[in-house]
Amino acid sequence: MPLKGEKKLQNPYLPYPVRIDAVTTETEDRSLKTFKLVFLDPAHEKAFAYRAGQFAELSVTGKGEIPIGIASSPTEKGFIMFTVNKVGLVSGSLHNMREGDIMGVRGPLGNSYPWDVMEGKNVVIIGGGFAFTTLRSSIVYMLDPANRPKFKNIHVVYGARSPGMLLYRDELARWEERDDIHMHITVDATDNPNWKYNVGFVPAITEQKAPAGSDDTYAIVCGPPIMIKFTQPVLETLGYAHDHIIMSLENRMKCGIGMCGRCNIGKEFVCKDGPVFTLAQLNRVPKEY
Amino acid sequence: MDGGKVMRIIRIEKDDWVTGLGRLSDSVRLCGPVKTGDFHHFKQLPKGVVPDLEYRNTRLSPKSLVYPQSEAMLEYTLDTRQPDHHIHKEIAKDFSPQALLGIRPCDAKAFLLVRRNFDTPQYKDTYWIRRYETTTFVGLACDRPCTTCFCTTAGSGPHGEEGCDVLLVRQEDGFLAKVLTPKGEALMETAKWQTEAESGAPATLESLKKDAEGKIVSHVQTEKLRQKETLELYEAPFWQDVAFSCINCGTCTYLCPTCWCFDIQDEVYGLQGMRMRNWDSCMYPLFTLHGSGHNPRPEKMQRVRQRFMHKLKYYVDRYENGIQCVGCGRCIQHCPVNIDIRKVCDLMNGFEPGACAT
Amino acid sequence: MIEYTAKIREIAERILRDGTVDAVLGFRRGSIPMMNEPCLVKDPAQVQTLVWDSNCGINLANYLIGRKDKIGVVAKGCDSRNIVTHIIENQITREQVYVIGVPCTGMIDKRKVSGSTGGEITEVLEEGTRVKIKGADFETTVDKADVLQDNCAICVHPNPVLHDERVAEPVPVPQDKDRYEDVRKVEALDPQAKWEYFEDLISGCIRCYACRNACPLCYCPTCFVDESKPQWVGKSIDPVDTRTFHLLRAYHCAGRCTDCGACERACPVGIKVRQFTKKLEKDCRELYNWEAGLTLDVRPPLDVYRPEDPGDFIK
Repeated sequence: MPLKGEKKLQNPYLPYPVRIDAVTTETEDRSLKTFKLVFLDPAHEKAFAYRAGQFAELSVTGKGEIPIGIASSPTEKGFIMFTVNKVGLVSGSLHNMREGDIMGVRGPLGNSYPWDVMEGKNVVIIGGGFAFTTLRSSIVYMLDPANRPKFKNIHVVYGARSPGMLLYRDELARWEERDDIHMHITVDATDNPNWKYNVGFVPAITEQKAPAGSDDTYAIVCGPPIMIKFTQPVLETLGYAHDHIIMSLENRMKCGIGMCGRCNIGKEFVCKDGPVFTLAQLNRVPKEY
Repeated sequence: MDGGKVMRIIRIEKDDWVTGLGRLSDSVRLCGPVKTGDFHHFKQLPKGVVPDLEYRNTRLSPKSLVYPQSEAMLEYTLDTRQPDHHIHKEIAKDFSPQALLGIRPCDAKAFLLVRRNFDTPQYKDTYWIRRYETTTFVGLACDRPCTTCFCTTAGSGPHGEEGCDVLLVRQEDGFLAKVLTPKGEALMETAKWQTEAESGAPATLESLKKDAEGKIVSHVQTEKLRQKETLELYEAPFWQDVAFSCINCGTCTYLCPTCWCFDIQDEVYGLQGMRMRNWDSCMYPLFTLHGSGHNPRPEKMQRVRQRFMHKLKYYVDRYENGIQCVGCGRCIQHCPVNIDIRKVCDLMNGFEPGACAT
Repeated sequence: MIEYTAKIREIAERILRDGTVDAVLGFRRGSIPMMNEPCLVKDPAQVQTLVWDSNCGINLANYLIGRKDKIGVVAKGCDSRNIVTHIIENQITREQVYVIGVPCTGMIDKRKVSGSTGGEITEVLEEGTRVKIKGADFETTVDKADVLQDNCAICVHPNPVLHDERVAEPVPVPQDKDRYEDVRKVEALDPQAKWEYFEDLISGCIRCYACRNACPLCYCPTCFVDESKPQWVGKSIDPVDTRTFHLLRAYHCAGRCTDCGACERACPVGIKVRQFTKKLEKDCRELYNWEAGLTLDVRPPLDVYRPEDPGDFIK
């Protein structure tokens, strides 16, 4: 009960109830599924106004919560989308859920990619494996007719272990055919003779295909630690300054709002001051992520 | 909570104290130190029970009265026959007024430090804030600090007023009470403790304060922490030695009044469930373990370093207002292996990279 | 026992200098009365920091787990039995450890000492079998026997069972110690009273896991309380979960516990957690004639099936 005369404080731990509208298995090994969620209360959808790069805490009732990057773009109305990797208790339960099931979503959380800074610039997106989710959000956002004029050249380097492990394959193919975005899809290896795109690790393809760095160009890098470790030197060789290399981090999270204390790197909370940081910022903090 | 302005000084005689408590207990839940076994605990007082103020400090800090160790946050039903199944709902909570009687100034100041975490411009922890705002803090000044108390160099002091609504200072026949805030004033009124102290009272209090501060024998150096480079401190060579004996239990974090990390867990019994939060500790390996199995702090040394860097550096940088420690000394007294924060603080404050390593 | 300090330093320096070990595990002086801090000395020049007295109650065998180097360790009777258990359980090899055996006359319980005085204690000095306790405005001397840790008061294995070198001649082994008087008292209670006894015993538990972490036996990479798939134990301070933790942990220590008392020493709220393990220790004694860690040559009874094992519980 609120105190006399006090506005009711909003409880930041209370999830919005949502219904699973669709479940798609993304990868051939079934480890990744995409969930399309619809808010039970339309007012909640309005309250959930988000930007590409943010994440949300997906709340599986009775099991727990997991922080997952928002894969849908704010330009897509009526639903929000998440692609979840099955690794543990909550993600495992989520994978067993079906259309029509009710769960919760808390968010949007975290900072987003720095859209205001990137306006008027070239954007190079480099993604690996299943870290591509918020990058999809970014691409759909940028390609939306209302937004495309705000950006100059868009390059995307996206790779996975094999063709069957790429996410959003249909969309990738469609984007590949557009002339307002340069797609460089790659796989580590394949024995599929009909594979149309690149073969090679993401750092190698980045070296071959990505444009040179400049004041006008920003690189967004999102992927497994090993990919980042080898992509960073490539970007440096291409001339990208550390404050023009944007990364999105992961860390174990519970509250997602900078209160439970577990996701800190140095004095920053990955959930609240991040998850998006520039490489220049990350160089100044301990590598505890 | 501005501790600088003293509104009034009241004299409370011994009998008045007890009668006043009786009046208070009609409308306010009273909490205070209670002797349980060998030591004191800060607990809710049953009606008629007077807090035992003959104590140095409680074993566990009083933070649990504003921030319980286990707290239900939300509830839900998994019964698909119910219309609101799987939807999380708020739980009815009791935030009725309470008073923490006889809390030490270090512990009272600690609440202000913890508040910075739970009450931010972007997010507000409704549970902590609501309970904090309905709590009146009646501090008890220390006249016999322990040798492990270092409050005066940790942002507090034996007569510290920050975080207190009223500060009681023991007298032979009762207390002198410094009323510090409107909330404190309201409490004094309810208890009918309204006898203004004599004109010499401020001088008496000042002299008692100086006495008590003079009895503090432990001091830490913190003036250079802010300017130190985070990564240099992080890579300092002394961490291995500091951390070796640590057994990574949660003693320091659970006893500490300024530690606030927590875990969120769902607990289900049959078809009913609740989401609760429990105190958690950065000392545990599980604290930072990713679902993938990757752990940013797999080694004990990294976790010990995290605790001290957080309290004595990251927090200092983030809020630019001193260390996240009030010098209560509980961790020093009860760490099973005697890791001493005073020693670590001085190591960190005095660390010069590139200086001769021993 | 304070005279052992010089011998420990001498041995430590020698075995570090001649390469017998890469490091020596011992204690250094603590920063508050009645506390010493476990430490690792790698540099022969640093052995002067090593000390020994009746405040070395933490079990150093706890720090051997996972070590791959050659390590010297200062071990009293109970510690050495835990080292034996570690070797039998394949946590370390015999060749890895150089045991500096300490015949022990018991550890001081700092809570008993604090409880016996009114004010804060600023200094505690051992003088043979007497202990001088000093505060700001008092001084008193007590018999060490009156302020021993509970487990030390009934100890029947004070001398190391395993050592590469001993710092002194063995001490006399106490005879006629009734180790299980307190266990029998609880056994005699009726079920309801027993339940209440244990409820009361752990009512103050804050789930800090100091007992578990101080215990040399608790070395599971993931403790059962931390498992999530499935989750066996809740993480709140719900009495059901707390009870589960203590009871299950005691069972995991059955047949292995040497009653070193590190658990009780570590507990910040003074819970007598040995009440759980002592019952199981008594059962192992009576059912299998077994005491943990006395010899490297026999596997523990819960490890091995023998035809003559008691079987009347099999219905």
